[in-house]
Amino acid sequence: MMTWDFIHYGLGRWLHILSGVMWIGLLYYFNFVQVDALKKAAADTPPTGAGITKHVAPLALFYFRWAAVATWVMGAFLLGDKFDEAFLFREHAYVPIGIGAWLGTIMLFNVWVLIWPNQQKILGLKPASDEEKAKARRVAFLASRTNTMLSIPMIFFMSSSALFHRGLFAG
Amino acid sequence: MKNPLDSLWGTVISGLVLTVVLYFLARAMMGG
Repeated sequence: MMTWDFIHYGLGRWLHILSGVMWIGLLYYFNFVQVDALKKAAADTPPTGAGITKHVAPLALFYFRWAAVATWVMGAFLLGDKFDEAFLFREHAYVPIGIGAWLGTIMLFNVWVLIWPNQQKILGLKPASDEEKAKARRVAFLASRTNTMLSIPMIFFMSSSALFHRGLFAG
Repeated sequence: MKNPLDSLWGTVISGLVLTVVLYFLARAMMGG
């Protein structure tokens, strides 16, 4: 029979990592692959990026934004009654995971408040003038790049928080 | 000055620098 601890720390961590891989994997796809590919496709004569914009980007954005929610929710579930200790840095042991949790929260905000609403304008899912589209492209691009930058320390703090318990974090 | 986030490698390097800064911040917050 499954114990609560197994559900909480076993299944919870598994689902947190599964959804996190999907979120950050798609973030890296956008930043390491799609941005450059679309730039090259736009330079082709005639431009060849329409299929990516029409078929790939909306689907990738769907899994991206919902995986972000699932990752955050499962992270909050994993923290459980230590949620405030982590977010408010109340205990030394929760400082590394607290920093990781804050970085993940800022990234979730960027996904839903800056990236997704602007991508809807860029992809034509929401009406926007050419000027609005150009502005949306810049905001979404910088928010996506910010998330790529933040993912680097975020994953360090997520993966190294266990080191604290072995006395290895602070050396 | 050019925004480092405009380049992919500028983004990665910024992330690595931020990791080092936050690591020392975390150590300081943990009293050590």
